[in-house]
Amino acid sequence: MPNTKYDQQMEFFVDMQRCIGCHACEMACAECETNGQESMIHIHYVDRASTVQTTVQVCMHCEDPACANVCPADAITKDEFGVVHTANSSRCIGCSNCVLACPFGVPQKQEQAELMMKCNMCYDRTSAGKKPMCATVCPSQALFYGTREEIQKMRPNSTPVKKFVFGQQEVNTKVNIMMPKGSTELKIH
Amino acid sequence: MAKLPVSVDKLIQDFGPHKNYTPKDGFEGTHEPDKLVKTHCCFCGMQCGIQLKVKDNTIAGFEPWMEFPFNEGRLCPKGVQRYLQNNHPDRIMEPLQRVEGKGFEPIDWDTAMGRTVDEIKRIQGKYGNDAFAMLSGVSLTNEKSYMIGKFARVALKTANLDYNGRLCMVSAGAGNKKAFGLDRISNSWADLKHAEVIIIAGTNVSETFPTLTHYIWQARDNGAKLIVVDPRVTPIARTADLHLPVKPGTDSALFGAILKILVDNDWLDHDFIENHTSGFDQAIDAVKDFDLDWAEAKTGVPQEKIMQAATMWGKAKTSFLLHARGIEHHTKGVDNVLSCINIVLATGRIGKPYCGYGTITGQGNGQGGREHGHKCDQLPGNRDITNPEHRKYIADVWGIEESEMPGKGLSAYELVEAIHRGEVKGLITICFNPLVSLPNNNFVREALEKLEYFVAIDFFLNETARHADVILASSLHEEEEGTVTTAEGRVVKINAAITPPNNARRDGEIIMDLAKRLGAGDKFNYENSEAIFNELRVASKGGTADYFGITYEKIEKNMGVFWPCPSEDHPGTPRLWEDKKFRTPDGKAHFNPVPWKESSEVVDKEYPVVLTTGRVVSQYLSGTQTRRIGKLVDQYPEPLLEIHPKLAYHYGIKERELVKVVTRRGEAEFPAQLVETIREDTVFIPYHWGGKQSANQLTIGTLDPISKIPEFKVCACKLVPTKKWAGPANESPAYQSF
Repeated sequence: MPNTKYDQQMEFFVDMQRCIGCHACEMACAECETNGQESMIHIHYVDRASTVQTTVQVCMHCEDPACANVCPADAITKDEFGVVHTANSSRCIGCSNCVLACPFGVPQKQEQAELMMKCNMCYDRTSAGKKPMCATVCPSQALFYGTREEIQKMRPNSTPVKKFVFGQQEVNTKVNIMMPKGSTELKIH
Repeated sequence: MAKLPVSVDKLIQDFGPHKNYTPKDGFEGTHEPDKLVKTHCCFCGMQCGIQLKVKDNTIAGFEPWMEFPFNEGRLCPKGVQRYLQNNHPDRIMEPLQRVEGKGFEPIDWDTAMGRTVDEIKRIQGKYGNDAFAMLSGVSLTNEKSYMIGKFARVALKTANLDYNGRLCMVSAGAGNKKAFGLDRISNSWADLKHAEVIIIAGTNVSETFPTLTHYIWQARDNGAKLIVVDPRVTPIARTADLHLPVKPGTDSALFGAILKILVDNDWLDHDFIENHTSGFDQAIDAVKDFDLDWAEAKTGVPQEKIMQAATMWGKAKTSFLLHARGIEHHTKGVDNVLSCINIVLATGRIGKPYCGYGTITGQGNGQGGREHGHKCDQLPGNRDITNPEHRKYIADVWGIEESEMPGKGLSAYELVEAIHRGEVKGLITICFNPLVSLPNNNFVREALEKLEYFVAIDFFLNETARHADVILASSLHEEEEGTVTTAEGRVVKINAAITPPNNARRDGEIIMDLAKRLGAGDKFNYENSEAIFNELRVASKGGTADYFGITYEKIEKNMGVFWPCPSEDHPGTPRLWEDKKFRTPDGKAHFNPVPWKESSEVVDKEYPVVLTTGRVVSQYLSGTQTRRIGKLVDQYPEPLLEIHPKLAYHYGIKERELVKVVTRRGEAEFPAQLVETIREDTVFIPYHWGGKQSANQLTIGTLDPISKIPEFKVCACKLVPTKKWAGPANESPAYQSF
């Protein structure tokens, strides 16, 4: 895959408390030429009856991606920069193994296309030195794309975390979640 | 004859709203546009920078504009989708006329303009010049706002021109003029970043000004404490350090109580009060009885929280207070604004770095549009139409005798009342959809139906324009060059990306043509938008809103210039009042006494629940534009009745049950949304829809005596459960305004 300016210093950070549920990220993501007006990032209310809090779910780009590991057609690959790419359309058989395996619930099967689609970190933009579309437009900067130094300087009250513990299983990701200062991991019970 | 020519169904079939979506593969040319045009979003007062992709004279998509300093590429969903107004099937592309029983049929421009001018002359000849009125709006550029102000007075020769800013920030404007002698936010947004305490009152920042949210968070990253005053837990209130869930209509009680606490604890800037203000004693005398028990009883906010807010504000060294429609849409809107200004002045935190105050102007050009003359009482440069010196100055700029200039006219809602009474017989509108946006809109409809002639300048057939005799096919935001002034007072450049399609014309050309046909062509002989702006600069010179030193070149070079900017070598003024020379007659900032006053309609046995209205993130104002964009409609397809589960339980109301909401003005049914994020005594309905699901069928048409703003934010209602369930939201036709 051609890449000229992919900057490995740049990382993706998600701060759920800043999400205002506006859906600008989804609409901007859908604009991408490879997405066919479908968004690869998803906003949901946690429980609208009790709060306006929303969650934003984007591909976490795991170090050891379960989606790729369970793919019988070897359609999902991780590149040298750690970006886990959406299923290669000529290989994907639409089996949904990846949909079931992902601990974050990211991949979605596009029923019409019989094809799995997920975020590829806006590879066309990031490899050209731009920020991903969602993090570019996010009006509250719940989604931030930049260096670790930048975010630590800008947001001294929180810490980026990229280690997730699901029961006995540890998942390390390329994408960071902003947590209370001093946090090192997020345990999901 | 301003009744609908055919059924609403037929009009919707022909002119929409229909939902427009981007094709799966994008519009043609989106991947290889001919050019990218740097301009701004057409929606709110933030005026985010954006680049439009142009292919073959149509807009094919957008690209973030990273270099524009306010938003650096950030956009809300409305901004992302704004380009879908282009390539829209509902677009009016030629002039239309009403044909009874058929709807609207195309006519040529000469016929449309000729008929309009004949009707203007007939009505004015028969009933007097003021019997023909104009309603305008502040999504228009400064150039168009200025030209419309001049057009109404010089060509149409009517006093009766007003605008939809009357529903926006006029209470703030009036309050600011009383207190400071000038109407503009005191600081740029940059001063938010290091404010120790930020109060945002009655402003749902994250839904109505989403890109401002980042500035609030930057301040919080730097240690700021955020206090949000709102009857609902809005997205910005959810994470606030302190949320004061104030009962609608009691903001001045809250801020009065805070002022009393500041005085009682001597959290005051005596030097500032002594040397730079007047009226302090009267202001504190007015709140001497506003103790915490009283304040809690009035506002419904626990007194500990009021005390905590006052303590945070009182002890801070830097601060920023922002408010918006939530405190301004009241019969005491000006009082509410003044009660906020009083606590700013008491602590002397204005005119210094990171010490700010202001209203967050709602509309795209809410700031600039209200400065240059399409308000009924105002002339360019924020001059006063009743002031003989101001009149003389502008009459000279316009090349007319001062005696020829009409006087003060009626404000927007008063104009509708005058139409209803039969005093105003003819109407021309541009950029205003009063049938959705004005309160008590069944009354507005009755008024429209009484007009002898109604001509609408518009690009989509909105709910109001459906009542017109003639429609003049006009231009989208991206089809005409100009400037707007953002909510922080920054004058920015709107660049034309394309020309109007088919037989549609630019707004400016339509106004100039009408002026010419009315015999005032020599006064409207502008070569281009820049020529209008250059005349505006002169017209504003010496006024409080002085643009004389701002040029197109300077705006583009600096990515905006903050007014006042009195000379070409002046850098502009991001922060006001550093010299403490206020623009009031005595040069001081004025405290104003704000005694307690009830809202115009309070709850009683018959109407026991408070009704308040507001907005959602995916819609803009009356929805003329945003109810035609598919994804924005789908995000929030229909107006919901937000109700607390405890109040719902009291009435036996279930989730998505249709609830009939009844007020003294009307009734309408809405699906219930049971949420704990609203006060237990209050229900909320967003107002962006027309027809049967219009919240403004219910709201009250009482006005603030000074600002003439309607009381959208509080009235009394009763709730009647229907035991009927709403259908799936995504199948709701609400966006079409049946």
